[in-house]
Amino acid sequence: MNIQLTVNGKAQEKEVDARLLLVHFLRDDLGLTGTKIGCDTSQCGACVVSMDGKTIKSCTCLAVQANGSDITTIEGVAPDGVLDPVQEAFWDNHGLQCGYCTAGMIITTVELLKKNPNPSDDEVREGLKGNICRCTGYQNIVKSVQAAAKVNRS
Amino acid sequence: MFATEFEYQRATSVSEAIQLLSNNPGAKILAGGHSLLPMMKLRLTSIPMLIDIGGINELRGISVENNILRIGALTTHAEIAESYDVKDNAGILWETAYGIGDPQVRNRGTIGGNISHADPASDLPTVLKVMDAKFTIQGTGGLMRGGSRVVSADDFFIGPFETDLGENEILTAIEMPVLMANQHAEYAKMAHPATSFAVVGAGVVLTVEDDVCTAARVAVGGFTPVPTRGLTVEQALIGKVLNEENIASATILIHGDLGSDVFGDVFASAEYRQAMAAIELKHAIFHATGLAHHN
Ligand SMILES: Cc1cc2nc3c(=O)[nH]c(=O)nc-3n(C[C@H](O)[C@H](O)[C@H](O)COP(=O)(O)OP(=O)(O)OC[C@H]3O[C@@H](n4cnc5c(N)ncnc54)[C@H](O)[C@@H]3O)c2cc1C
Ligand code: FES
Ligand code: FES
Repeated sequence: MNIQLTVNGKAQEKEVDARLLLVHFLRDDLGLTGTKIGCDTSQCGACVVSMDGKTIKSCTCLAVQANGSDITTIEGVAPDGVLDPVQEAFWDNHGLQCGYCTAGMIITTVELLKKNPNPSDDEVREGLKGNICRCTGYQNIVKSVQAAAKVNRS
Repeated sequence: MFATEFEYQRATSVSEAIQLLSNNPGAKILAGGHSLLPMMKLRLTSIPMLIDIGGINELRGISVENNILRIGALTTHAEIAESYDVKDNAGILWETAYGIGDPQVRNRGTIGGNISHADPASDLPTVLKVMDAKFTIQGTGGLMRGGSRVVSADDFFIGPFETDLGENEILTAIEMPVLMANQHAEYAKMAHPATSFAVVGAGVVLTVEDDVCTAARVAVGGFTPVPTRGLTVEQALIGKVLNEENIASATILIHGDLGSDVFGDVFASAEYRQAMAAIELKHAIFHATGLAHHN
């Protein structure tokens, strides 16, 4: 099947198998390996990307379903090399250890803060419910999100 | 993980989707894909053709008219959870949609897909049953009103993953009466910690006049083949003042309504879920009536 979509601001057109998952399209066809595959069963959030401004799990979306859409992966969050405040905050607050969950955490946090610029800690945890981290224990992730929220608000 | 190979068709209208269904035996509708794709990837099922209805805009949207709330089948859980029309007219559905899965599941999963899939662990079948919802189903024709028919939530769910939908039919819309000022509704669930699916879910819609319950719709789900109406619980509530004592003695009767067909698994046994049904029901009524704030 032919698909046409925009990924990180760049138009893409490819022939793909109907059963190709969006995450494999991004990683294998486009070489955007920042997006990870963790559980492959729509539970961990390592594969989260933004599609038309909404976060989705790219392991549970066919590449053909993304036809015509506008996708942002972690590579597109800081296109000109200047880190987004969310990325800065994760760095400054030790919001990652191995980093495997981080791309998904950051993409989800960007949407979360757009919807709710001043979240409570509970709202942050609720908003990150679909993103699992096996390293940090979440304390520093919540701290990072709150730090980014503060920077965004100022 | 990859599904077995399948053909993929994009439908641009409901009639085209129905045409594709009838011309291709074994073909299935693809909505948000959040029940179907995981099953196909795990090779629990293999489907020769998927008909993607994701681009059919006539299937989306929320409206209120003549005291009926109407939701297009392709409306996502997130859209429901962000809708003031739903919040103001069917708060129980609004809150339930927000409690489904996680933000990403809500961004993709649809109300139509949720009920067509009829997973016993889903939340919406239980809630739509107590809300006395009606489902509009479109088929190839022959039936009344140009191929469309209406089925009540009470009749739609037949068994686990089994509904009244025919092979070549599509669910197009969900309608329900809006809640009136004297109606109090709530859904309480014990959620599975990994997925948020219902281990036990309990929904209630109660009509209260001068402190007395005059009508009740009660159902539990999550561990029964289809959401189970608590008919004896309803009878026990009607005509009573909704105080702690009356609620406790009514909700315990759910055990009789449940029968023997109850599920359990490694996470929670059937016995445990049965015991929790009365508790979740009590929570739902306490919250619906505001009693929860006094405890
Ligand atoms: C990690 C995770 C957590 C979840 N947690 C919850 C939860 O807490 N509570 C809950 O209730 N659900 C939960 N779900 C399920 C979720 O709500 C699904 O979105 C929903 O069950 C299916 O909707 P869909 O649009 O994704 O349907 P699809 O997967 O696209 O389709 C499901 C089935 O319905 C059929 N179908 C779809 N639309 C139509 C239609 N309009 N007419 C006829 N047939 C149709 C398809 O052919 C298919 O057989 C969860 C799912 C995941 C992956
Ligand atoms: S890899 Fe997609 S949710 Fe885990
Ligand atoms: S930093 Fe290792 S999984 Fe989150």
